[in-house]
Parts: sequence; C-alpha cells; structure tokens
Amino acid sequence: MSSISSLYKSSLGQKYVMAASGTLLFLFVVGHLVGNLQVFGSPELINTYAHFLKSKPLLLWGVRLGLLALVALHVITAVQLSLANKAARPVEYAKPPTYGSAWQSRYMLGTGSVIAAFVVYHLAHFTALLPGINGVGDFRTLEATLPGGEKTHDVYAMIVLGFQVWWVTLFYLVAQAVLFIHLGHGLASMFQSLGFRNHIWWPRIQLFAKVASIAIFIGYALIPVSIYLRVVGADYAETKRFELKPAALVEPAAATGKEAK
Amino acid sequence: MKVTLKVWRQKSRNTPGEFKTYESPALNPNMSFLEMLDVVNEELANRGEEPIAFDHDCREGICGTCSLVIDGKPHGPHQGVATCQTYMRSFKNGDEIVVEPFRARAFPLVKDLVVDRKALDRIQHAGGFISVRTGSAPDANNILVPKENADLAMDAAQCIGCGACVAACKNASAMLFVAAKVSHLGLLPQGQPERHRRVKAMVDQMDAEGFGGCTVTGSCEAVCPKEISLDFIARMNRDYAAALIRGEPKPIAGSGAG
Repeated sequence: MSSISSLYKSSLGQKYVMAASGTLLFLFVVGHLVGNLQVFGSPELINTYAHFLKSKPLLLWGVRLGLLALVALHVITAVQLSLANKAARPVEYAKPPTYGSAWQSRYMLGTGSVIAAFVVYHLAHFTALLPGINGVGDFRTLEATLPGGEKTHDVYAMIVLGFQVWWVTLFYLVAQAVLFIHLGHGLASMFQSLGFRNHIWWPRIQLFAKVASIAIFIGYALIPVSIYLRVVGADYAETKRFELKPAALVEPAAATGKEAK
Repeated sequence: MKVTLKVWRQKSRNTPGEFKTYESPALNPNMSFLEMLDVVNEELANRGEEPIAFDHDCREGICGTCSLVIDGKPHGPHQGVATCQTYMRSFKNGDEIVVEPFRARAFPLVKDLVVDRKALDRIQHAGGFISVRTGSAPDANNILVPKENADLAMDAAQCIGCGACVAACKNASAMLFVAAKVSHLGLLPQGQPERHRRVKAMVDQMDAEGFGGCTVTGSCEAVCPKEISLDFIARMNRDYAAALIRGEPKPIAGSGAG
C-alpha cells in the first residue's frame, strides 16, 4: 500500500498514471474503431455486433465502468498535474518561452477538454439516446430484425441517420481532429513517461505515434463523412426516416394542438 | 553596433519588479553578451545609477553560473552554448533585446537578473553522490566499464547545473537536470549500490522543491547548453519505477550488522 500512495504522491508516479490510463484508453479507441468500421458492411453486420455486446451485460458494464474509471483517473490526474505545473511558475515571462517545444505538447489540457466534452455528447447521442440532441428524432424507436428473427435496436439506422445532420458530422470531425492532435503528442509521451525510450527506439516510437494517430483520424473521420456524402446507407436511412417521422412529429403536433385549444 | 536592452529590474525578492529600457553605448560585435552588460553597467555606474545585477563566473561555458532568458530563450539565440558564450555578433545593430531572469517558484529571485538556484544543490545533496573510500587514485581499468556506458555517462555528466532546463520548461520542471545527475552515476559500476535509493531521494527532493512535472515538450533539451538528451529522462523514469516496485529496504532486526 505504501508504494501505491507514494506512487501517487510523486510527480513521476502521476505521470505513470497518465501514461498507463492513456495507453488503455488508446487501446479502447482502436477497438472501438474496429467495431464501428462494420458500418461499411451490411446493416445486419453491425446490428448483430451491437446485439452481441448488449447480450453480455456483465462484460458490457464491466468494460463501461472500467473505461469510466480510466477516464476519471486520466482527467483528475491531468488537472492535478496542471495545477502543480502552473504553480511552479508564479511569475510569467514577458515572452512565453516555447523554444524547441512541439506545439501539440503545449495544448494537451485544452485538447483533452474538447475530447472530454465530445465523449459526453457522444454518450448522450448514441448510448443514452437522448432525443432532441441528435437533430433527427427519437433513436429509441428504431428497431431491426436480425437474420435469426430476433428484434433488436437498429444501430445501423441510428448511425446513418445521425451523420446525415451536418452539424453532428462537423462536431464529430472537429473532435477527431482534436483527438489526432492529442494523440500526436500523447502516444509518444506515454512511452517516455513509462521509461520506454532510448536513442534507437525514440524515432520508431515517434513514427508509431504519427502513423497510429493519422490512421485513427482517417478511420473515424471516414464514417461520418461517407454517411454525410450519402455514400453509405443513404437508401436505408430514407426508409428508416419514414419510420421515424411519426415519432419526430409527435411533439410539434402536440404543440399545435395546444395552440388550437 | 548599438542595441536597446529591455531588462527586468527588481531591487529585492519582496519588492515589485519592472522592465526598464536602456540604450547600449557603442559595442564591439565580438563582445560576449556578459561583456556587453559590463559595459552598460559601467555607464550606469558613471551616471550614479544602480548597475544591473546578473550571475557570471567562469565565462567559458563550464561553470553553469550564468543564466538570463534572452528574447524568450534561456542562454540566448544559439544551441548548445551558455549566455557567456553568446556574442553580440549574433544580434543586429539596433535590435531590442529582452532580458529576463530564470523564472520558477523553486528559483526565488535575489535581485534583477539573479535568482537563487540552491534548489538544484539540495537535489544533488539528496542523492547525487557515491559513497566510496577516498584515498590514492585507484588503478586505471580496475573496474571495467563498457565503452558505450562510459560515453553515455559522460554525456549526462556534462550537465553544468545552470537551470536553463527549468527556465525553458513551461512547467518549470527540473526533470532534465535530475535525469542527467541520476543517469551519470546510474550508468557506472560505482553508482550501482545506491542506484535506486539515489533516484528515489533525488526525485522526492525535486518534488519537495516545487518544480513542475514533465510534459515532454522538449524545450529543455533544445535550450540545454550541453545538449543533454531527453533519453535520460526516460532512463530516470525507468529507474524510479524500479525503485518504487522494490519499495523500502527490509528493516534490520536488532542493532544490525555492526
């Protein structure tokens, strides 16, 4: 226990926590991308995958709570470190000394905050399915039939309908660009913080960080862009939009009804 | 040539400071930056004004006493040199040069451009040493050291402890300094017995002094007059993790061995 508390008390220990939680969150980002890329297949493909995840509640909630804990750890430690870092220079320079520093490295707290805000929206958008924030209608009413005959939530329709809204697609793209900047510095720094670096491996680590952050950006950006440009799922979305319409129209109809009274 | 200096003037730690502008007299471009300050100070003294206080000692780039943040970069515009090795020919006639002290909570200001860098000494005292019997010089090659380790240790040992890494870091972190001191002993056989105790003690002292943490911006490496590599910070991170995992040594029962 003493080594765990002394770990968190030291600035280096807090950097280990940042790097380790960052590594696990990065692995989730990769896994999540692989899952999401199934949207380029048939509607049944991603719906079956989503149904499979939902059918294992223990695993699903274990992973969800684990991720939540990781995010909390990553954010709280980042805030603590940033406060300590700010306190270490009470009087600022007339000219901020940024000499030799990578610009991405100076905005980790800012880019991280944007990503955190995005995660909140993304969870409300596609996980909690809050109506009224997606610009389409109530995603909870979407239903699909799996090849086995089971009824399930139509995740495919939700995605293709969701990204046909221009501001949703734009927000997702901005968030992905910010994640790209965050990972561009973070991925290489994880290795540094955990001590995995020498003159041979540092260029390779930097290359890995560059390639991985670009690949993640392209992979994630491809989904909303190809849907927004109606390359993917346009016909499917139209049939489903028809199903959605009554639900979307409920509120305005009720409102006019009240006015009529 | 002539330059305009915008210099931080502050009488003492607890009085407020401000920038003051001075016109230099005619300068020889081959003067060092510190010689330029000497000339400016002589004129100030002749006018009955208080000369600008700044740190300097060997003036040949090996003692680590000179400091100064010149136009936003510690030790001036060049790479791999200290302020004392920066010459006026690096500036243009008529330039305005902003000169500030190293700024960090752990480096309290003494006067004008002079700051107290004893925090670095205290980190050294915490573990930057080896315990050996002194006496006559040991035979050469009595203890074998791999050439690559000797080279790396020498690279780290080049650190002159000037504190430019702290001054340049946006977090005022002393990681590069501590990493250099930890590594140059940790790479050599003579440094092994105290290796883990050393890194633990020095990092803990660094935290206690109020330096910030490392965010791997690379500023420190870029301004270091001895071009110490960030690789050493990774080495220190490794050693510190190993020290944490090992934990405190087992308490000795009774009165111990001796």
